[in-house]
Amino acid sequence: MTQRFAPDRPAHIGQPHLRRNALRHLAGRGAYVSDLALPRMVHAAFLRSPMAHGRITALDLDEARAAPGVIAVYSAADLNPMCQGWTGVLSHFAGMTSPAQSILADQEVLWVGHPVAMVIARTRAEAEDACEKILLDIDDLPAVAGFAPALDPDMPAAAEASASNLCFRAELKTEGAAAAFDGAALVVEGEWRFGRHTAVTLEPRAVVADYDPASGQLTVHHGTQTPFQFQDVYARQFGLPDNRVRVISPDVGGSFGMKLHLYHEEMATVAASLKLHRPVRFVADRLESFTSDIHARDHKVKARMALDGQGQVLAMEVLDRTLIGPYSTYPRTSVAEGNQVIRLMGAPYAMPDYHGVLEVLFQNKVQTSQYRAVGHPIAVQVTEALIDLAAEKLGLDPFEMRARNVVADDAYPCASATGYRFEKLSHQESLRRLRALMDYDGLRAEQAALREKGIHRGIGLATFVEITNPGAAFYGVGGARISAQDGAVVRLTPGGEAHCAISVTEQGQGTETIIAQIVADQLGLTPDQVKVVTGDTDATPSGGATWACRGAGIGGETALRAGRKLAEQLCRIAGAILQAAPESLALRGGAVVDAATGAERLALAELARIATYRPDTLPEGTDNSLSVAQHFAPQGYPFGFTNGVQAAWVEVDTETGLVKLLKHWVVEDCGRIINPLLVDEQIRGGVVQGLGAALYEECLYDDAGQLLNGSLADYLVPMAGEMPDILIGHVETPTEDTILGAKGVGEAGTAAAGAAVMNAVNDALRPFGARLCQTPMTPARILAALGIGPTERDETWN
Amino acid sequence: MKAPPFAYRLAEDLPQALDLYARSAGDAVYLAGGHSIVPSLSLRLQAPALLIDISRIAALAGVSLGPEGLRIGATTPHAVLLEDPLVATHAPLLAEAARHVAHPAIRNRATFGGNLVLADPASEFPAVVRALRAELEVEGPEGARQIAAEDFFLDLYTTALQPGEILRAVLIPPPAPGQLVAFAELARRQGDFAMVGAAVRLVPKAGVIGTADIVFHSVGLTPMRAVAAEAALIGQALDAATIAAACAAVAQDLQPGDDPVLPAATRLHLAGVLLGRLLRRVQGEWA
Repeated sequence: MTQRFAPDRPAHIGQPHLRRNALRHLAGRGAYVSDLALPRMVHAAFLRSPMAHGRITALDLDEARAAPGVIAVYSAADLNPMCQGWTGVLSHFAGMTSPAQSILADQEVLWVGHPVAMVIARTRAEAEDACEKILLDIDDLPAVAGFAPALDPDMPAAAEASASNLCFRAELKTEGAAAAFDGAALVVEGEWRFGRHTAVTLEPRAVVADYDPASGQLTVHHGTQTPFQFQDVYARQFGLPDNRVRVISPDVGGSFGMKLHLYHEEMATVAASLKLHRPVRFVADRLESFTSDIHARDHKVKARMALDGQGQVLAMEVLDRTLIGPYSTYPRTSVAEGNQVIRLMGAPYAMPDYHGVLEVLFQNKVQTSQYRAVGHPIAVQVTEALIDLAAEKLGLDPFEMRARNVVADDAYPCASATGYRFEKLSHQESLRRLRALMDYDGLRAEQAALREKGIHRGIGLATFVEITNPGAAFYGVGGARISAQDGAVVRLTPGGEAHCAISVTEQGQGTETIIAQIVADQLGLTPDQVKVVTGDTDATPSGGATWACRGAGIGGETALRAGRKLAEQLCRIAGAILQAAPESLALRGGAVVDAATGAERLALAELARIATYRPDTLPEGTDNSLSVAQHFAPQGYPFGFTNGVQAAWVEVDTETGLVKLLKHWVVEDCGRIINPLLVDEQIRGGVVQGLGAALYEECLYDDAGQLLNGSLADYLVPMAGEMPDILIGHVETPTEDTILGAKGVGEAGTAAAGAAVMNAVNDALRPFGARLCQTPMTPARILAALGIGPTERDETWN
Repeated sequence: MKAPPFAYRLAEDLPQALDLYARSAGDAVYLAGGHSIVPSLSLRLQAPALLIDISRIAALAGVSLGPEGLRIGATTPHAVLLEDPLVATHAPLLAEAARHVAHPAIRNRATFGGNLVLADPASEFPAVVRALRAELEVEGPEGARQIAAEDFFLDLYTTALQPGEILRAVLIPPPAPGQLVAFAELARRQGDFAMVGAAVRLVPKAGVIGTADIVFHSVGLTPMRAVAAEAALIGQALDAATIAAACAAVAQDLQPGDDPVLPAATRLHLAGVLLGRLLRRVQGEWA
């Protein structure tokens, strides 16, 4: 491929363009599925299981069917036969097991919130009224709610279809792991508990399914990250040709990984539309979101680290146990998080040996699955806590400890002891930048001075590695129909502007903005001359869309290659018009120019006019196409790893257990930066979500599996008032696997923010001999670590 | 989260509101700012047949100063308590507490009276009116009456109001000479329900504490008067030893329950810490 429009001379790539859709959203012109109203549209509500595990003994729908405004009431018997069941297992997770799922609970209910019956009515209020008229009797079955029952061999399985509560077990071990511990000068260890939390998107899950029997067309307006995945799911599960299924994902009010899983309610809504031949709408309310959106984390980790006398890390040994739901989530499974936890342990460090074990356990709570920074916060928090522990034992400064152990910037390519292959990372440079950015030495002096006054502040550091640009190795090899490639169609309009239809999607992170910047640079246009269309399976080529950090790295490269392909085609047409060699021409400033002199030869608008309206004037045999299609799949490294380091500066009130976040720093290397404003937005948003998990967010359940805090009054999300200023620095190490050189940045903030804050809290508490090992770090837990109030009962390791 | 069906009537004045209630067979709820009743309807925790909107009744509005003290109409929004100069001058404790009540959007609509009659034990204002020894003016089917704040909060979400009665205004007596007040709470985020909060009112008398009002919120079923802590202060100079004694006495006054994120013992500890901070703050202002 020609390098004529090489990104070493970009005009808009790398520039801080404002997010294109922000003005539209600010003006109230957003188009969300939640706001969509179609003619003849009806509304769904669900009757849900009030208990965590039980057997349905009676379900009487008659009174609900007669209620005002009700159009239909469905049970499992009505809907489940319309659709194939789905099972969230993948073949590359050898030995994993999960029961099959179907639309509505049939006989057995498996978590609080499990949908049992569906009411369709003229309004959502009438549907809810009718739900109250359904008679449901359930006999209690033992509920598996927590580690102790999940590990109890005498406890029945969370679902009767499961043989046990073990969903998956994996083990990674290098040959030298045991010997490394035997010969270690120092071994540090600990146990960590990571609470359950959930995405809490501003717009809840929303779907409007609209089946037209006359054309055989199913259109699903669906607030998802992955429209093509759902096109495939709906087509296959309901037995429709996939080109008769159109999924439209317009503006999506946040997703964070939560909106790419298959949910019972969405399937029920599609089934109901297929039955009723009219649009059916389901929008989750906040309580439903808490009890039916996937949750994340819920891990317990026991880990130790072996070091030599100079503080060199020799090995880690890790046991990660995680509680999912009664099923593994479809289609990505609920084991991917644990799999990443045990593989990301120690990732920044030159650690020769490793032994990691993962156990994924079923329980009767809503499923856990992929949520922003899948597995990263757990691996980073455990690794970084052990590094700090070792530094303390060895009397080394935490910065020095990390500087001694990170993989050297000149040591790439290399592989981790857990099997990840790294192309090129920049830990040393990132640490150097961070140290200067935060004035580390000044902060340490300030910390010491304030200690004298009884003010306890702490500094926490956390290096991290982030997985981005996933290829087919992520899911595809395991048999998942999840696209690792993306596609774009770029065209010159008859008026000489550009249009790019691309399969990556936009949920507020600015995908459309960066695609416009990239395409503009290839065509010699400005970004506002490039209209970008996303989120409609009928309007764009198919592709993976948005998950695991791939919009910039994979979508961006797709757009770049598509743009170049169109540029070459436009130069061919221009060459025919101008009787010039296409190679001698280039596109700049909205015109075809002489590549050598930059002299304008032909305006793009004129080229488009001729090719569109007067193709008869072109030499015979000239291809007058003004559109090109391009697909791109990552090749080379299976993932594009990025790296960075974060620091937190906190103050702990040792009488109240309250933590004040004073400042936060991130130095991050996401490769080629396409738009620094949007990169920083991604990092800041990610940090805030990481801080939420570290200090506030937790889905609380009782021993019977009842969710105790299903509202935003009790489930605390991070709010602007509590957030610190977040200062960001960059190192730019482009990947050589692509022309663009971009990697992902969406998970970086979340990956290490919690680890940095936990290390900072523990640094603040060091004089008290107190140490936090559980998130969220609530005031009660901090006080308990200080010996005030009871500690939570610990479920034993067995 | 959609409300069950209900009827709605806008009452022009108090007699009409009372009349609408009288004809509702007891199946009606008064609506003012709607910040308790609307979520409660949406969660289907309540399903009254009729909402009687009292938010536009002139007799329930306004803040005024008279010889008996500061009179605050029941439909006064929280935001007014935060900004009104009369409140700032004559009931600064209330203005101080208002800063901790939720967020601006909520404070613009939610009403002082609505907050008091809900009697949420985690709420700030019930503790404050109790500490200030306010009087609550009530209109009802049987006529008007006045209830001392001390006797108003009976149990969880339960007040001395009889069915159909409307809280008309709150009368806050003029401050005693030398009176010192302080309010604070410990919350995980600004605007959250507090882990614990307290309102304190001390009146010096001949160099020692003559009167003490200490009322906690978020630690029991009602705003909780800390009688033992008050007793530890009365007749004493406000010094470190007295403060320590008052904080220790809190354990006799409060018996909070466990909740999912805050064990009872931790909450009790926080109550002691908070009282200590409040009393030291007052100590700084002690003439």
